[in-house]
Amino acid sequence: MYILFAVISLTALGLALGFMLGAAARYFKVEDNPLVDEIERMMPGSQCGQCGYPGCRPAAEALVAGNASATLCPPGGKALAEQLANKLALEIDLAGLKDQVPMVAKVSEATCIGCARCFKVCPTDAIVGAPKQIHAVVSEACIACGKCVDVCPTECLGMHPVKTTLRNWRWAKPEPVAVGA
Amino acid sequence: MLPLDIHSLWRGRGKIRGGVHPESHKEATADQPIVTAFPLPNRLYLPLQQHLGQPAEPVVRVGDKVLKGQLLAASQGPISAPVHASTSGTIAEITEYPAPHPSGLPTPTLVLEPDGEDRWMESAGIDDPFSLTPEDICARVDKAGIVGMGGAAFPSAMKLNLGWKTRIRMLIINGGECEPYLTCDDRLMRERALEIIEGVRIMLHGLQCPTALIAIEDNKPEAYAAMAEAARKHGRIEVVLVPSLYPMGWEKNLVTHLTGREIPAGGRPTDVGVLLHNVATAYAVQQAIRYGRPLISRVVTVSGEAVERPRNVEAPLGTLLSELLAFCGHRSERTARYVMGGPMMGDQLPHVLVPVVKRTSGILALTPEELHAADTRPCIRCGRCVSACPVGLLPLEMMTRIRAGQFDAAVGFGLRDCINCSSCSYVCPSRIPLVQYFKYASGELAARREAQQKTEQTNRLAEEKQRRLERVKQEAAQRRAQAQSSAQGTTP
Repeated sequence: MYILFAVISLTALGLALGFMLGAAARYFKVEDNPLVDEIERMMPGSQCGQCGYPGCRPAAEALVAGNASATLCPPGGKALAEQLANKLALEIDLAGLKDQVPMVAKVSEATCIGCARCFKVCPTDAIVGAPKQIHAVVSEACIACGKCVDVCPTECLGMHPVKTTLRNWRWAKPEPVAVGA
Repeated sequence: MLPLDIHSLWRGRGKIRGGVHPESHKEATADQPIVTAFPLPNRLYLPLQQHLGQPAEPVVRVGDKVLKGQLLAASQGPISAPVHASTSGTIAEITEYPAPHPSGLPTPTLVLEPDGEDRWMESAGIDDPFSLTPEDICARVDKAGIVGMGGAAFPSAMKLNLGWKTRIRMLIINGGECEPYLTCDDRLMRERALEIIEGVRIMLHGLQCPTALIAIEDNKPEAYAAMAEAARKHGRIEVVLVPSLYPMGWEKNLVTHLTGREIPAGGRPTDVGVLLHNVATAYAVQQAIRYGRPLISRVVTVSGEAVERPRNVEAPLGTLLSELLAFCGHRSERTARYVMGGPMMGDQLPHVLVPVVKRTSGILALTPEELHAADTRPCIRCGRCVSACPVGLLPLEMMTRIRAGQFDAAVGFGLRDCINCSSCSYVCPSRIPLVQYFKYASGELAARREAQQKTEQTNRLAEEKQRRLERVKQEAAQRRAQAQSSAQGTTP
């Protein structure tokens, strides 16, 4: 009998509080800057934290507030930097980005102990494996955020530059014209 | 009354834009017969990717004995082509070997050690190719690993397939060979005209297409005479002379010149009901259908002033270019640059220890005098590149934008329509490497597109992970609830 009272009163309380919260969310809503939403959608959304902000939304807020540069997002690379700069009418210096070679994580099979920590932190599920099994990285899905490197207890995970193959090889820019020569 | 011959109505002459007249240098090799007695090399290097699309997948293992013409690697996916053994022998290795590419990067390659017997596998030739259905012809061309031999290396069966699915009103066989130095198509037309004409008839049958035009530049009168003689009995095939102008062999130029119709930007010849194939491709189709021989050899022009005895050689695929050059008397100390293909659109090679592939039309060893190398000077806005551009673009404007890193502006000027024909670089009095700027910009744009795709994929993967975590949490909660209720059930 007592249990029935408890169930009914708690349900009623839950429903009442739920309605109040719902109403509050509707009527006391704080207007967000729609630009932040838009920028967040442009970001990779993996919350990797390489930019130094806790996630993509705080990074977007910082960008809109003018506290961060358009080149903040390493996984987005040059393409995203240019998009962000266009969107926010920012001046960017792509020279710094050029030096960054694309990287990819790699598991060294000799030292992997199968602790399963890395694939839990991977934001894009790019690491496959099971406890007590050697893990492997799906290089197409890896965004080189480095979170797995931080948690790996045996330092078997490392970042390696992406190998140049016939598929991703590109023509270099010709030497600039010697003006006045 | 409708005109009886509607196809004659569908002919007209369109005006061709731009173009240049580079020195032809064809006289060095044009009058010598194709050398067929090329000694078998010690090793043949067969890259798994000699075509556009997906690389082929090996179906043999190291140590396997194979016969000439045997399938070594099967095609993968819709756009691909198989690779066959160029001679009989043993598979020595499946390894990474430098590709015939300006980067010189390695690519997966089958290494075949010939046994010297050159023994064919049993092949299924057809005495009457015209009894086959169009689908059957496509399937046989696909199985023979035939790709566009003019240089694009697009799988030919794909194009023939397009043919009988959409309506093709005219097949144009490209015997233009507008690139300087190259004479491999010229020689093939002079010596094997009957085979080419039969190949064209088989293609017409496969496409269910009424007419074929064979376009030959007017600097090849002997080839024209041989082909016209061979085609005389076949009313559906006409051999026509086109003016010698670079790039006459560009498909859009040929279509405009021969039909009066212009292919829209970003479009293909099939958009105006035309399909193009190279003469060497027609020859390969004939060999594949009539004798069941896959594409395992091709005619390669070996030329350039650093070659003592320039000529055309029929070489098995996989022969190292260095061996071909040595066969023709190559003087490496005089060589300033190696080019695979023609000097205008060919690939500059870092070295010649790379194999002959299906698209290798020639190998040139050029001397410093032939290169006319000079320093780049600033643009004087003379506009010669504009008059030379066959596409009707403004190369100097595109170059200025690219140099400033404004790729979108360059795309606005038509960068995507550029065919990298080098006409602008050729005429530039300031020696500006215009076409290199365009290749660089196209690469950057491709890299940017890939980065964009990667970001979208990351977004999707991150969302997917969130959804998965959510699901796992819910399932765990459900399990807990179940465990709780069952626990309550047992202890009331």
